Amino acid sequence: MSFLDVKDLKIHFPTDDGLVRAVDGLSFSLERGETLGIVGESGSGKSVTSLGLLGLHKGGRAKISGEIWLDGDELVGATAEHVRTLRGRKMAMIFQDPLSSMHPFYTVGQQIVEAYRIHNQVSKAVAKKHAIDMLGRVGIPEPDRRVDAYPHEFSGGMRQRAMIAMALSCDPELLIADEPTTALDVTVQAQILDLMRDLQREFNSALIIITHDLGVVAELSNDILVMYGGKCVEYGSTDDIFYRPEHPYTWGLLGSMPRLDREPTERLLPIKGSPPSLINVPSGCAFHPRCPYAELTQGKADTAVPALAETEGGHLVRCHLDKSERRRLWETEIKPVLETQ
Amino acid sequence: MLIVVSMVTFGIFFVVPQWAGATPEAMASRYVGRAATPETVHLVAERLGFNDPVVVQYGRFLKGLFTGAEYDYGAGVEQCPAPCFGYSFISGQPVWPDLVDRIPVTFALALGAAFIWVVAGVSVGVVSALRRGSFFDRVAMGTALAGVSLPIFFTGMVSLVVFSYGLGWTPPGGAWTDLSENPAQWAYNLLLPWITLAFLFAAGYARLTRAGMLETMGEDYIRTARAKGMRERDVVVKHGLRAALTPILTLFGIDFGLLIGGAVLTETTYTLPGLGQFAILAIRNQDLPQVMGVVLIAACFVVLANLIVDLLYAWVDPRVRLS
Repeated sequence: MSFLDVKDLKIHFPTDDGLVRAVDGLSFSLERGETLGIVGESGSGKSVTSLGLLGLHKGGRAKISGEIWLDGDELVGATAEHVRTLRGRKMAMIFQDPLSSMHPFYTVGQQIVEAYRIHNQVSKAVAKKHAIDMLGRVGIPEPDRRVDAYPHEFSGGMRQRAMIAMALSCDPELLIADEPTTALDVTVQAQILDLMRDLQREFNSALIIITHDLGVVAELSNDILVMYGGKCVEYGSTDDIFYRPEHPYTWGLLGSMPRLDREPTERLLPIKGSPPSLINVPSGCAFHPRCPYAELTQGKADTAVPALAETEGGHLVRCHLDKSERRRLWETEIKPVLETQ
Repeated sequence: MLIVVSMVTFGIFFVVPQWAGATPEAMASRYVGRAATPETVHLVAERLGFNDPVVVQYGRFLKGLFTGAEYDYGAGVEQCPAPCFGYSFISGQPVWPDLVDRIPVTFALALGAAFIWVVAGVSVGVVSALRRGSFFDRVAMGTALAGVSLPIFFTGMVSLVVFSYGLGWTPPGGAWTDLSENPAQWAYNLLLPWITLAFLFAAGYARLTRAGMLETMGEDYIRTARAKGMRERDVVVKHGLRAALTPILTLFGIDFGLLIGGAVLTETTYTLPGLGQFAILAIRNQDLPQVMGVVLIAACFVVLANLIVDLLYAWVDPRVRLS
């Protein structure tokens, strides 16, 4: 069994308009020291997944089923109190917008001290030393002075560093980063990603990066999971996803990713349409209304939900098209377009 | 700020009547008996300086407040020590000592009630917000609506009828003991006014707290606090309530300031010898110097309370400190 094993995770929200299937049967696994990228558009269920892993839906209206095994500990059936003691200590999270995610009335130091003292019985002075140490490690200059500053006195990049310092303060074995660079300037994004990679090596933690941007996970991830409409549509190694992608949605994501090796004047290839509502997920394959190859399935696409099947060596794809058909399309239609552009 | 208050008060009581056509003699006639001859009235008007320009009169008024004043009655010079608000028309006693006597009563009433309403209002609001839509929430918010709507002279009378005259649990109106004399008796006498007054205010605070908590508990930093593994109770109090406290503090400054300037209705209902009752009596007797003193004191309290709240604001919300 892996360090983190998620099996058939379902997170549903009953609402007045119907059942929202935010996450619908998600499975993946992750080892210490490895990185998994979860990629998808807004509303694909990736953030709900991350909050579900931390048990933050517990006690709310969400209906959660499936299994989450963290280091031999099953979390879906565990008590809320047990999961709480794991949060912050065993698994921690970095949020998207560090300004709204940090409390405006407490100093950065106070917030790190608080995170540390929840799980470690030390004096405030010791915890503050630890906070200064952590701020230094994430590359904040003059940490002994900055520790007493408020979040609004930090720049965006510094705030995200402080957020990372807070998440890492209890040395968690699983770190989940939900869109860690979305709210940052492009120049700062690269620094934060480098920092996260270095810290992951140093702490040997398992890292899950949640993003809508394939570029963010390209360098960091060992594996990539592509989500669409609450389901996994493609799951494989980073090489599989970038060099041998087989799902039309993944092709679309690759086509809409800006790349330095292309001419800047060329247009990106957007995916037509918009993400599905999670209340009325399209029948059959959720992607079929937007899929340019849906008619090649002889009508199967809008009637039957395709199974997530292995093509080879741990590379999973959820698509009605034949394996040979998908490879032909990739080699003849998609890859040449992506490369020549 | 306080200068403005003093100018406005002075303006209302001295300048406006003279603009409206009151002659110096008419002003002075309030200071002498009905039997006084026109000559006496004229003399008094001269001595009290109603013939002087307004600026000089205001200067004299201010000087009286800060350094005391001397009144020349012809028969002798009367010393009125600072702060001098003049003499009561009715009793002939200086206003200030009478005022000072009544401040502790109003202060005790306001402070005790404020303690009850803040604790009760805020906790009910927090629980209501956390259990939104529950039975507790509905009952609490219904009661709060009643609390806001029912005037104190109604709830006060009803409480007196039920608890004092009916059940005999609390003393009837008019009971007042000095804190220094007998603290237990002091608190016992004030219990009913405290609760009735607090009920009126707690309702508003419960509603405000509930609204604030509903908003802050949805904030991203609450999710962060939970993600750190904080206990839910700490999340609610240290992160949620802390952020929802700012508007409550503002309201508290206004309410408390107004209240220590005289809880007029409560003091009248329970016949407590406080500033509010003093003001009512003064107005009824048309005792201008007394009314003026009460107004000035009340205004000072409002200004002071708001100043303290502004300072507290900076302490509660560090983002205010920079600007």
